[in-house]
Amino acid sequence: MNKHDPKGIPHTTPRQSATFTQDINSDIRRAAATGIYDIRGGGAKRKVPSFDDLLFMGASISRYPLEGYREKCDTNVTIGGLNASNPIELDIPITIAGMSFGALSGPAKEALGRGASAAGTSTTTGDGGMTPEERGHSNKLVYQYLPSRYGMNPNDLRKADAIEIVVGQGAKPGGGGMLLGQKISDRVAEMRNLPKGIDQRSACRHPDWTGPDDLEIKILELREITGWKVPIYVKVAGARPYYDTTLAVKAGADAVVLDGMQGGTAATQDVFIEHVGQPTLAIVRPAVKALQDLGMHRKVSLILSGGIRSGADVAKAMALGADAVAIGTAALIALGDNDPKYEAEYNALGTTAGAYDDWHEGRDPAGITTQDPELMKRFDPIEGGRRLKNYLKVMTLEAQTIARACGKNHLHNLEPEDLVALTMEAAAMAQVPLCGTDWYPGKPNTSY
Amino acid sequence: MQTLDLSEIGLREVNKTLHAQAENTNQTAWTIENARGSHAIACGLDAPIEVTVKGSTGYYCGGMNQQATINVHGSAGPGTGENIMSGKIVIEGDASQYLGATGHGGLIVVKGNASSRCGISMKGVNIVVQGNIGHMSAFMGQSGNLVVLGDAGDALGDSCYEARFFVRGSVKSLGADCEKKEMRPEHIEFLKEILAEAELDADPSEFTRYGSARNLYNFDVDNAGAY
Repeated sequence: MNKHDPKGIPHTTPRQSATFTQDINSDIRRAAATGIYDIRGGGAKRKVPSFDDLLFMGASISRYPLEGYREKCDTNVTIGGLNASNPIELDIPITIAGMSFGALSGPAKEALGRGASAAGTSTTTGDGGMTPEERGHSNKLVYQYLPSRYGMNPNDLRKADAIEIVVGQGAKPGGGGMLLGQKISDRVAEMRNLPKGIDQRSACRHPDWTGPDDLEIKILELREITGWKVPIYVKVAGARPYYDTTLAVKAGADAVVLDGMQGGTAATQDVFIEHVGQPTLAIVRPAVKALQDLGMHRKVSLILSGGIRSGADVAKAMALGADAVAIGTAALIALGDNDPKYEAEYNALGTTAGAYDDWHEGRDPAGITTQDPELMKRFDPIEGGRRLKNYLKVMTLEAQTIARACGKNHLHNLEPEDLVALTMEAAAMAQVPLCGTDWYPGKPNTSY
Repeated sequence: MQTLDLSEIGLREVNKTLHAQAENTNQTAWTIENARGSHAIACGLDAPIEVTVKGSTGYYCGGMNQQATINVHGSAGPGTGENIMSGKIVIEGDASQYLGATGHGGLIVVKGNASSRCGISMKGVNIVVQGNIGHMSAFMGQSGNLVVLGDAGDALGDSCYEARFFVRGSVKSLGADCEKKEMRPEHIEFLKEILAEAELDADPSEFTRYGSARNLYNFDVDNAGAY
């Protein structure tokens, strides 16, 4: 008998609402207490259809695998052979995405350069300009050209191995940025021509061009200034991938960087991260179709990013038609971000290892997303670089393992025909058959 | 005086020739003929040379300029002198949108009017306009000076940081967090110098100074409506 119910009437069990979950209720209480939206770092945390919903079929009687330790499976990629006299030659098709000095510490940027260079790939600057440490430790450095133009100068532009015009990013298609005052050290402030300690707002549109016709002229100007030597990438969020890819190619881009909603940001509104943009799985086929319709597939490179974590993700992205991928969040985790060894400190910040995303507050226990000199000391750029190199090597070996099993002697030879989907959603988005069928939703000449 | 005929040799050859001029070049005077509204003329220069462009220019003339002096004998298209680092650009006619966008240093002088978003996101450049400027000028201006001998359009200096604006005529409206400021002796002195450098005649005492009210410098929920 329930001690609270002396009459002995049976109770229903307490039930949590599927609509008003504990998570949602905590959002409401936080909003009611502060009057301002929640800002955080990272990408979409919600569950979305992803590369996990795809499988490779592997070899069979009709497909011969390659011998793992004898037969080669190449991984190199060339970006920008179309217009640049010095195209980017990478040993592996996994690049490091743009992350700013400011959002990350100087040593963390150095580690990204060290790791990428040791693995034979490129790294990318971010909203805040190029630091000498980063240039010095990166064999191939892509210089981001952003709406804020913080730290933008022609001397650094000419030191870059490629230029990436940033139109959007997956975490916030159509959003600008805000680096809060607590992360604005003397050095960050000086690089951005702003006073120390004040919030730095980054514009969402470029200051001197709007639309695809202007973009074509902007690309012309950048090529003229850099003597047509280096490739020019255009980075877009996973918003309208068919049209964005088409317009970027028509404007003269050498590469399109396409970033799905799982792609991270240093800081933006949680509502933006979770409710604007499309999953990485959903955007790759429309972009490839755009390239194919223009006769530019494999001529203009497609670099896919947003939630790439393993060699399996790399292989799936390439099988669907990407030429390379970019990693950001995964690279930070390889460096030591969200490591459970700092659990007690994450708890003190009101969070737990794996869930820490208040990167904008600059109190990162791992010393990566901070400008605090004491916290930064915890991070060793040489050790961090070694860990990133190891991780990139493992991803590459994993992708090669899958490609050999599919009988491919280059990662680029992976194709949609190697894949099946576990769910209807993934089948429709990737345009590969649902497991055990020869059909996917939207397949031409079939009916539902 | 060296002459480059753009219609004959093309843009790449014109810019390549100008980029080839070293710090100590003795060929310091260049003329570009038949500009005909072409884009990206004389962008990315980095030598103490003087370039005269005959005719009007398209987008991004003098973009990212360092050291060079560029004279446009005509009107200039959008984004002229964008991200200028140093040197000087003088436009005899009018200038289109985004003049001197994100410019870090140097001087831009417009003898006519400048269109909207003049000095957008300026980061240290000085811009002097003899005529009027359009709406949303100096949006998010970080540092540098915008001097206008005529009138300014709507929303001058919206969301600005430490850039200073001096307007002799009227201002149709001020943008968010931009306010009228006191003219102190150092401002009069600065105007005297910059007007002399721009070779324009105006009485510094007739100007009004505007700049950031600094209310949006650190996020405060009570100001959320102003963003």
